[in-house]
Amino acid sequence: MSSSTVRRVRPHRLPGFRLSLGVTLAVLGSLVVLPLAALLVVLSRAPLERTLDTLGAERTLAAYGLSLGASLAAALLALPAGLAIAWVLARYELPGRRLLDAIVDLPFAMPTAVSGIALTYLWGPAGPLSGPLEALGLEVSFTRAGIVLALTFVALPFVVRTVQPVLEDFPAEVEEAARALGASPAQVFARVILPALRPALVSGAGLGFARAVGEYGSVVFIAGNVPLSTEIAPLLVLVRLEEYDYAGAAAIATGMLAASAVMLWTLARVEKPRRSGRAAA
Amino acid sequence: MTIEALHVHKRFGAHRALDDVSVRIEHGELVALLGPSGGGKTTLLRVIAGLETPDAGDVRFSGADVTGAGPHERGVGFVFQHYALFREMSVFENVAFGLRVRPKVTRPSEERIRARVQELLALVQLEGLAGRLPDELSGGQRQRVALARALAVEPKVLLLDEPFGALDAKVRKDLRAWLRRLHDELHVTSVLVTHDQEEAFEIADRVVVIHEGRVHQDGPPETLLRRPASEFVARFVEDAQVVSGTVQDDGLIQLAPLRLPGASPGAQIDVSLRSARVIRRPPG
Amino acid sequence: MRRRERPKGPVPWLVTAFAVLVVIVLLVLPLALVLQQALAEGARAFLDAVRDGATLDALGLTLLVVGIVVPFHVVFGIAAAWLLTKQDFPGKRLLGLLVDLPFTVSPVVSGLLFVLLFGARGWLGPLLREHDVRIIFAVPGIVLATLFVTLPFVVRELVPTMEAMGRSEEEAAASLGASGLQILRRVTLPRVRWALFYGCVLTAARAAGEFGAVSVVSGHVRGATTTLPLHVEILWGEYHAQAAFAVASLLALSGLLTLVLKAWLEHRVARARTPGASA
Repeated sequence: MSSSTVRRVRPHRLPGFRLSLGVTLAVLGSLVVLPLAALLVVLSRAPLERTLDTLGAERTLAAYGLSLGASLAAALLALPAGLAIAWVLARYELPGRRLLDAIVDLPFAMPTAVSGIALTYLWGPAGPLSGPLEALGLEVSFTRAGIVLALTFVALPFVVRTVQPVLEDFPAEVEEAARALGASPAQVFARVILPALRPALVSGAGLGFARAVGEYGSVVFIAGNVPLSTEIAPLLVLVRLEEYDYAGAAAIATGMLAASAVMLWTLARVEKPRRSGRAAA
Repeated sequence: MTIEALHVHKRFGAHRALDDVSVRIEHGELVALLGPSGGGKTTLLRVIAGLETPDAGDVRFSGADVTGAGPHERGVGFVFQHYALFREMSVFENVAFGLRVRPKVTRPSEERIRARVQELLALVQLEGLAGRLPDELSGGQRQRVALARALAVEPKVLLLDEPFGALDAKVRKDLRAWLRRLHDELHVTSVLVTHDQEEAFEIADRVVVIHEGRVHQDGPPETLLRRPASEFVARFVEDAQVVSGTVQDDGLIQLAPLRLPGASPGAQIDVSLRSARVIRRPPG
Repeated sequence: MRRRERPKGPVPWLVTAFAVLVVIVLLVLPLALVLQQALAEGARAFLDAVRDGATLDALGLTLLVVGIVVPFHVVFGIAAAWLLTKQDFPGKRLLGLLVDLPFTVSPVVSGLLFVLLFGARGWLGPLLREHDVRIIFAVPGIVLATLFVTLPFVVRELVPTMEAMGRSEEEAAASLGASGLQILRRVTLPRVRWALFYGCVLTAARAAGEFGAVSVVSGHVRGATTTLPLHVEILWGEYHAQAAFAVASLLALSGLLTLVLKAWLEHRVARARTPGASA
């Protein structure tokens, strides 16, 4: 009777596995894992009570509330605007459409400090819009409205870029079918197209929201930065750091990392179906 | 409902899709537009449907000029090549769609809609699948949903664009026989676009061969086989010997004697015959 | 892909007008303003601001950071993309998430992580003090924080193209006896060179423009640890608005360059992504 040994079959691999793995692990380990570990270490060193106190402090809660609230408002504002822009880019033939397409990426491409001072000046008392704003009795810079505005600037490209490919790939046949069955253009939009866009709209708004929560440079100039009123969460982190309250800063940052986790998860969801390429029904 | 396309011209940029095409379809007929891809048959179908506007020429339904009207106003039911089902809606909602979007005045009640949808699902043999989403169905099932959806609004004309093109051979064969039976039951004037000569010959009363934007021949399948009007038709349509026969009492066909070109007289030879296929006999 | 048509009827035109209005007011106007304000007091004032000693120091530091970060991420990006697209192993998804992580983290938190690690009261702070190594409030800290925030860019540009091309070409090369580096150099990289180039552009632009993270780690020591964006902040804070805009316009140029290159390269990257297409 022959002894049957189960041989572990080594998967055939393209060369370079060990080297690429080594490099990747080394870089990720030192640049990503280690700093995250430092967060945990600092948090664990601080007495739990202090951490909870920081998190529950009025100023912290105000900052969280502001960041979350303003980001939510920004995401909601970015939705119709982003949808309209994506619609125009995907379906209409216009002179300068490609230019418009490129401009949508401005908030991505522009250094945040540049956007920050530009937005502050534009919507501020010395800027070109000050006249109309005053006439309407609106104050934008150094108010919460200004924060929401700047965050909408940040969130807008996320909505556009998530919705645009879905609109572009939307089969013309389905729309024709709806029209052939007697639906008016409004009915086609509301009953056929919008439901198909819903996942992309949610993802786009989600990504924009998560990005806005953590945004610093574009917002901090226009914000006013008055504690309890116009102080965003990232700024509060900085303030705590300047006071050498590492543990406090770490605690506040952990709350913000929750938003990052949401963004990561949404990103994974958005990119997976696109990669596997679904065929039309 | 008779359909007439009269001297239709249509170009897409530099490409001339239809060049002076005229076709007439009688009430209750099932006509196939047959030809290779890119030949213009789908364009003609879409012009008849009202999904494309011709550059020149008219489309008439029972004598009335409908050239300016859209598909819904013409009373056309259109079945798309890739089904074009509404992916976010259930089978039920897909079929009910045409009824739901009617303006309030003409919209049937919820019970009427439900009854009609169930009736149609039974007709296309998909009862029990009303709650499913299109992604959960097979290709053949999706095609039947598309058909039910088009029939729900009681069209006067049914237009089908390569309805079985995306299906496996076996499913295709079954579905086209089924479509013919359905047509015999409903008597709706129907036009079918296909590049499959076998399919056209099996189910259509009349076949219109379209190539390079022009009608090459228009007639019953048998005529196309026996008397092809152009070299293209002769080559496109299968080169086959057509033999007449009579259906006997036991259901089998007794073929007339067949004479083929041979060799030396008196020689014993074997002849292989490719699978025989019944083609429709022209009425009368 | 659908055919695009000119908008027909009142609703399409309204939607178009709305979209264009939003884009102009929200996106274009701020940028135009930067350029306009930079030159508001004439070309002379502009050049003075740009040639000022502090500005040049900041520019130098920014360029140094970019000069370190981009080559680093070319190497890392290729390695990580190779690993993620041409290799299979348990934990691949986790690795992918880790690579994407910096993209989702707030810049301030990014900087904070390094302060918590290397700062005076951080985890390794005492260790560094022992060896008299300064990372936070010095250039190394800025470089590290920038490396963190720019981590995903090259990888994210390479992965779709490398995935779309499959592995068959590399496997063919391997079967013919090519070594890993040869395969990389001769088979993979030529296909992805435009994606790689664009990834570098994005990395450089982000590295030059990073503000939040660098704010946290730099200590704002003028001349020594001030990058261009920080310099803009300082000028703005001192009410030298025109100078701030002048320096900002330099950074804005990098942003504009990124957009122009993106538009030009998108076409090429998309072509390389079609399966089976040759470079």
